[in-house]
Amino acid sequence: MNREDFPMLKNDLIYFDNGATTLKPQCVINEITNYYENYSANAHRGDYDISRKVDELYEKTRDDVKEFINANKREEIIFTKGTTESMNMIIFGFMKNYLQKDDEVLITKTEHASNVLPWYTLEKEIGIKVKFIPLEDYEVTIDNVKKSINNKTKVISLAWVTNTIGDLRPIKEITKVAHDNNILMVVDGAQSVPHFKTDVLDTDIDFLAFSAHKMLGPTGVGVLYGKKDYLEQMLPLNYGGGMNSFFESDKSLEYKPLPYRLEAGTMNISGILGFRKALSYLNKIGMDKITNYEHELKDYLVKRLREIDNIEVYNENTKSGIVLFNIKNIFSEDTSQFLNHYHVCVRAGNHCAKMVKDELIIKNTCRISLYFYNTKEEIDKFINIMKGNKDIFKVII
Amino acid sequence: MDSNLRREIIVDNYQNPTNKKTIDDKEFITASTISDSCIDNITLFVKFKDNVIEDIYFDGEACAITTSATSIMIKKLIGKTIDEAEELMNNYYNMIDEKEYSEEELGELNAYNEIYKQPNRKKCAIFPFETLKKAIEKYKMHN
Ligand SMILES: Cc1ncc(COP(=O)(O)O)c(C=O)c1O
Repeated sequence: MNREDFPMLKNDLIYFDNGATTLKPQCVINEITNYYENYSANAHRGDYDISRKVDELYEKTRDDVKEFINANKREEIIFTKGTTESMNMIIFGFMKNYLQKDDEVLITKTEHASNVLPWYTLEKEIGIKVKFIPLEDYEVTIDNVKKSINNKTKVISLAWVTNTIGDLRPIKEITKVAHDNNILMVVDGAQSVPHFKTDVLDTDIDFLAFSAHKMLGPTGVGVLYGKKDYLEQMLPLNYGGGMNSFFESDKSLEYKPLPYRLEAGTMNISGILGFRKALSYLNKIGMDKITNYEHELKDYLVKRLREIDNIEVYNENTKSGIVLFNIKNIFSEDTSQFLNHYHVCVRAGNHCAKMVKDELIIKNTCRISLYFYNTKEEIDKFINIMKGNKDIFKVII
Repeated sequence: MDSNLRREIIVDNYQNPTNKKTIDDKEFITASTISDSCIDNITLFVKFKDNVIEDIYFDGEACAITTSATSIMIKKLIGKTIDEAEELMNNYYNMIDEKEYSEEELGELNAYNEIYKQPNRKKCAIFPFETLKKAIEKYKMHN
């Protein structure tokens, strides 16, 4: 749906790599240009009209994000440069002080690097213990969460939807178990917020990180959501302009209140304003409609892939637009090169969750990740190309 | 090179690679490379003696280009001195980088003489050689 709004789709291209980043609608592109052409001023600084206008739009974006994820307060929304930065702020700005030696953090082996490496680093720095919740058929179950908890467990940090297998975690139920045991719940929403309605109040999660570029927005913009009490305790990772109220030569100083205290320096203003248009675009279509359509597309894709003998699909039943497959006895990168020849963009590899190869019997796969502008016609074209895969080496060599 | 011949060489070496198995023997030096894009992943097991490459095995998972290039490299380099191997490598890199090179010396490696047309596959064609360089370095360090 809505294909005419996406300039990239005018190219001869089947774009199936939406897990990596999504295409941008014209309204987002226009808004970024509009900022640079018509009111290119800094935020929170000037006393002149165009700067006030920038302030207004910047803060409106914050309100729109708050509505989009159903947060309580606007101070709970912090702009960052992406999920990775948000995760690092949670882990080094908050957890580093909140946690003590021997406290335990639960993650899984299918997390993205940005929910693994900061924890490993904190383990080295302050002696916490990073442990893995065992997976069942690659998925997290409430039972296994309960079994993994002990009285040292202080944090559970999980992707809502993984970028690898595309499995959807029962975050609300896990959060309930976490809170019953005095455990904080951190959620990586990079692959979930773009695809279904997020409700931080209903799920009661403590922190959420996500990226604008995976939901039609510009690159270099992300969001950190945290409950206000926790954000109040978070130390900035960056100090400088925009986050202080005053500082003197006698070293006295005062920081600004939330959210500004955590947004030092000139932010990605054009990107943040563009992001606002992405949010209203998604709202206009409706998140539920997007979710349903993506599931319909995935089911169709899986059904059609089954028509081809030598194709293996690894995650038929996961509830997301992510499909992992291989051509039997063909290395995934060769398949992606073959598809590239026909201008079909898919990702090959283990999708940056390097520990999954311990869990998946098959190490490398091709990944299709769908979004609402993909169509059954594109899937049909893709299937026709795949049916010619017997000649793969004629095409790629 | 005729494109059918090229394909035949590459596919044959991909499907029936030379010396593909893990070696657990202290006489062999191991060196691994995992590609930046987190896909190809090979380990070489190289036995040197008096500056001569006596034997090479490899294991791992990689695409058709990387696997076939590894297989051909192994065939070309067993029995060569380190100097000879380095000379051959230079020659091969020259071909990959579209510089002047000697076609004769390269034999089956000429199958990659048009890889420059697919820039994102260059890395696959030099992958085994980059790994071998690491093994040679390790050997030189200890001898
Ligand atoms: C699950 C998940 N977490 C985190 C990230 C990192 O996002 P970014 O690169 O925008 O910081 C990604 C992006 O690939 C992801 O898929």
